[in-house]
Amino acid sequence: MSLDFKPGAFNDFFREETFREDFTYRNSTQNIRRFPFPFDRDDYMYSVNMEPHVPGRKGTAFEHILDVDEHYVAEMIDRAKVLADDPLRCQSLPHMTLAGWDLLELIMEAKARDYPQWFSLEKSGNNWRWINRPLGIDHSFTFLDESTLPYGPFEYITRQTQGDFSLQDERDGTLWMDAGMVTSQADWSLDFDVGMNFHEWHAPVPLAHEKGVFDRALKFLMKLQHGAPVRRFNWTMTVNPLLDTAPETYPKWGPTKATITPENLGQKQHLRVELQSLYRLPRSNAIAFDIRCYLASFDEIVTVPKWGRRLHRVIRDLPEELATYKGFIRNRPAMVDWLSKYDDGQPTSPGWWPDD
Amino acid sequence: MTSSLTPVTPTIHSRPVYAPLEPRPGQLHLIVADGEGADAVIEMLDKASDRSGILAAAHVMYAPGPNGTDLSSQLQALGAAQFFRAPTIPALLPRLIRVLADAHMGSQFYLAGTEGLIGQAEREIMKTGFPVGAIQKEHRGSTVRRVQCVHCKGITENVASDPFKCSHCGLNLFVRDHYSRRIAAFQGVNIDAEDPGEVPQSVVRFK
Repeated sequence: MSLDFKPGAFNDFFREETFREDFTYRNSTQNIRRFPFPFDRDDYMYSVNMEPHVPGRKGTAFEHILDVDEHYVAEMIDRAKVLADDPLRCQSLPHMTLAGWDLLELIMEAKARDYPQWFSLEKSGNNWRWINRPLGIDHSFTFLDESTLPYGPFEYITRQTQGDFSLQDERDGTLWMDAGMVTSQADWSLDFDVGMNFHEWHAPVPLAHEKGVFDRALKFLMKLQHGAPVRRFNWTMTVNPLLDTAPETYPKWGPTKATITPENLGQKQHLRVELQSLYRLPRSNAIAFDIRCYLASFDEIVTVPKWGRRLHRVIRDLPEELATYKGFIRNRPAMVDWLSKYDDGQPTSPGWWPDD
Repeated sequence: MTSSLTPVTPTIHSRPVYAPLEPRPGQLHLIVADGEGADAVIEMLDKASDRSGILAAAHVMYAPGPNGTDLSSQLQALGAAQFFRAPTIPALLPRLIRVLADAHMGSQFYLAGTEGLIGQAEREIMKTGFPVGAIQKEHRGSTVRRVQCVHCKGITENVASDPFKCSHCGLNLFVRDHYSRRIAAFQGVNIDAEDPGEVPQSVVRFK
């Protein structure tokens, strides 16, 4: 058994596109409107901002707990390339295998339930059959028996699921990031951070520790219950639709920040949104953290007038430390200039939806 | 007695902090030190009410510091049950790993000296599953850092200047306070990726 993809099914929906070299990634017109724009008001500051991760409005990224969109197949092909270049982007410490099975079960059940046209899961006791039609996979295996899969359960399922994932073990009154699949990250190294506790891996984030954000967030997460997942947003900026902004490869992609001009900014500059969701897992008691990355170019965002106005105000008024930490301080003046053309000063409605 | 624990300015949560070694009751006292860490070991024993008991169950491993400080004769003179002087930290670690294979619960670990020595010894002890609470760490002497280049993954030992050139891939790296116990190193990140060649003046931050 191997995990070679045989894509091609449903190719009228799943886009053939790249997140590297020629960067052919684009959002279709309908996909722009389902973009999870992260600002529900005209300014931004860190907060714990957790809410229940429940199925939301139809036709949006929140309709199902695991959103599968038009970029699914292309993202999985990109992940396979990242892993071929650097297998250390996926690591699972030995005691995390059970949590990997928990996650595999969660994902397979959710996808088969919410997208029956693309995924199916048949179970007879521990004998399971998983069909992933977009990637051309049809595997029968034994649940909880690693020898029946081509990878460990965590790597197997996250090679077929959009979003980075980490698994947190709970002990000594904190959470330990003891496994991760990280190929679409906003500049942090799994290889360096794996095995750290909650405060350690967040150590480099400015301002938030002093505000008590991480103490409160940890307290909140320790109480997370199975069956009651939560979510929050995070965001940053990326030049080109590059999913894999890893510190490992920063010497390759860092120079692109210096290529922004007023002429190419709308096409090259992307708002990078992380829809983060957290699940307590039933057997291992670990917490799965899904960091789903969405990219939209400034050109695409300003097709929604409310978002154009609001993005201008947020970026213009962001504290300097945050723009520095998020890595776009050098291009902020150019972004604000460019966005100002789309801000007529009209009030914006509360909430993040494009229309209301 | 005035302790000369190397002062560490608190910075970020992943950056290790240290405290003076204290004698504790135990079946085995595994003492690993380099450079000026020898003084911390001597002072710890001076505080012990059962000095001879600790020494009779002590295994001391020592390497000279990166600055050349070699206090091995003072440590040897303590009369521990077992004493070993290694020329370097890499030469010391295989013996530590071998001893750990036979160490039981109830062992006490005393690490003293540079952060490179402490971090690498701690990593080997943690691999065996001993609780972190059984490991005491006192930073003495040189503050040079062990740094992992996040790009090529190469480790540069005894980094004094910031930024510095990675000894493996040659990139100009700035030294973060972000620290990985698993790698036993601070993180080095390319400083001129966005503007190649624009490297700030290097300053000696670690001595």
